[in-house]
Order: sequence, then C-alpha cells, then structure tokens
Amino acid sequence: MATGLIGKKLGMTQVFDESGNHIPVTVVEAGPCTVVDVRTPERNGYAAVALGFGRKDLKKVNKPKRGLFEKIGSSAFGVIKEFRISREGIGEFTPGQELTAEVFSIGQLVDVVGLSKGKGFAGVIKRWGFHGGRETHGSRFHRAPGSIGMCADPSRTFKGRKLPGHKGNSGVTVKDLTIVDIKQDKNIILIRGAVPGGKNGIVFIKGIS
Amino acid sequence: MNRVESIEKEQMRMDIPRFGVGDTVKVHVKIKEGEKERIQVFEGTVIRRTGGLTRSAFTVRKISYGVGVERIFPLHSPVVEKIDIVTKGKVRRARLYYLRQRKGKAARIKEQRNF
Repeated sequence: MATGLIGKKLGMTQVFDESGNHIPVTVVEAGPCTVVDVRTPERNGYAAVALGFGRKDLKKVNKPKRGLFEKIGSSAFGVIKEFRISREGIGEFTPGQELTAEVFSIGQLVDVVGLSKGKGFAGVIKRWGFHGGRETHGSRFHRAPGSIGMCADPSRTFKGRKLPGHKGNSGVTVKDLTIVDIKQDKNIILIRGAVPGGKNGIVFIKGIS
Repeated sequence: MNRVESIEKEQMRMDIPRFGVGDTVKVHVKIKEGEKERIQVFEGTVIRRTGGLTRSAFTVRKISYGVGVERIFPLHSPVVEKIDIVTKGKVRRARLYYLRQRKGKAARIKEQRNF
C-alpha cells in the first residue's frame, strides 16, 4: 500500500483505552489524497507516488503544474508531496487514484513530518536549553550565552557554536508514533502524542511497514 | 475545533445520571487484581465537578475511619461502572472545599426536599 498521506492537524485531545487510561492524541484530517503522478525507476530512477491534497484554483497554478493536473483531469491541489514506495508496489498506483485514511491500520507506527511553530529570534535558554544564571542574590549573569570560546589561540569562535537566533518554523520529524484510531467516514486519524506545527498546519504522515 | 469536539463527543458516556455538587453518590469502580476484576463502591459527597467534554471529572469526599478521603473520578472513564445517587444535597456554592475544615455534625449537608 501507499507509504503515506498528506494531512491537516486539527488539534489535540485525549481518549480512553479499555483499562481507563487517558491517551493523548492528535486529531489529523488525513486525505483524501489524489495520486498526481507515479515516479518509476525507468523514467525517474526511483519509485514514488506524488500525492495532492487540498483544493486550489487552477488559474493560480503555474503552467508546468497545471499540465500535470489537467492530465489527470482534476482541479489543482494546494500541496503536492512525494512518498517513496517499493519498486514492486508501483503497479498498485495510477494517476488520478484517490487514497483515503484506510491506507493505515490501527496500531501501525508512523513518522510525522510538519513545520514547527515559529518562535522568532530566541535566546540560548529557549533555543538550546542553556541553564543561565540565577536571577537574584547579586547575580549579574542571567540569560546571556556566556563564553563563546578561548583566547588568542585559536582567536576565533568555532563553527557550530550554540548562539541566539531564529527558532522554529523549520521542518521537524517525529518518529514512531502509533495510530490509535481511524475514523474512515470523516477521513480523520488519531495519532498518539504530539505532532509538529500548529492547528490547521499541513503534516506528512509516513507509514512504517 | 468542531471536528476535535466531535471526536470527544464520541467518547462521552450517555448513561451517567444527572447529579450535582452536594449530592451523596455511590461510585462503582472497576478494580483489576491480576486476572480478576471486581467492583468497589466509593460512597461520599460530591464536592466539585469540572467540565470539558471527555475531560470532565468530579471529586467525591468521604470520611473513612476518621480520616477524610477524596477521590477524583473522570466522569466518562470506562473504569466507572455506574453512579448511584443516594441523596440530593442543598448547597449554595459550586465547590464545597469548606467541608475539609469541618468535622462530624458540622460537615453535614442539608438534603434537598421537593414538595
């Protein structure tokens, strides 16, 4: 089957399991996604399906993409993402085919990729988890990064030094999350734990077989 | 947000009776001991209810061998087998924390009487 779906994060809640434990879940609208193109080893050198999700006005799409959408006779998609598949499974997919949440099964492990929430220009405590100094008792060292290197030798700061800067708004993958439940009629899946990004953010759900 | 709420509503139990703060209730709780499962009854006064769809909960207070015991139950949890209402209480506030400072006769709650 397909290795993944494109989805929209709807928010978080909790559900009960049989023994009454609370399970934190993220509610994700997964699909329906349309197969826009199939990448074959012969033509592209690798096997993958390009899935489309979310409607968009066909007039607002550039011409190379518009040709792709017109070929499968559908309206344009807001998001297109390739998912790698096995070379043997390539025959199962044809452009125009629709994939729903049933590509997943309950209990399956998935990796979820999303764009994390932007935090702006952040200091070293927020960005790298530095401990900082004490706030009181005469301390004059609070949230500053401290020393960033040695003296005349090497007389430079090494690359990769953890310093303040932009945090968040970057691609984040969370691995090995369990699918708790699938609501087939609503195209909704419940994934145990948190996934990157805010509400209404686009996430890519990759199944691990 | 509505679709998240609809997921929560599917989890909610509709067999729970209406009860409020001040009522005396018997909560039948499922307890697992190894393989066996049995039911334990926790009887006391409801001193608090919190809202929030599936997250709603209530606190029951009782005096056990002279010691005050409070238990918080998730209202929609499958662990709660059933809830029996023993008496309806007449109280004027939503949180009966003042009962914690009281003992014996002073900790009683007036019964609601409907004529």
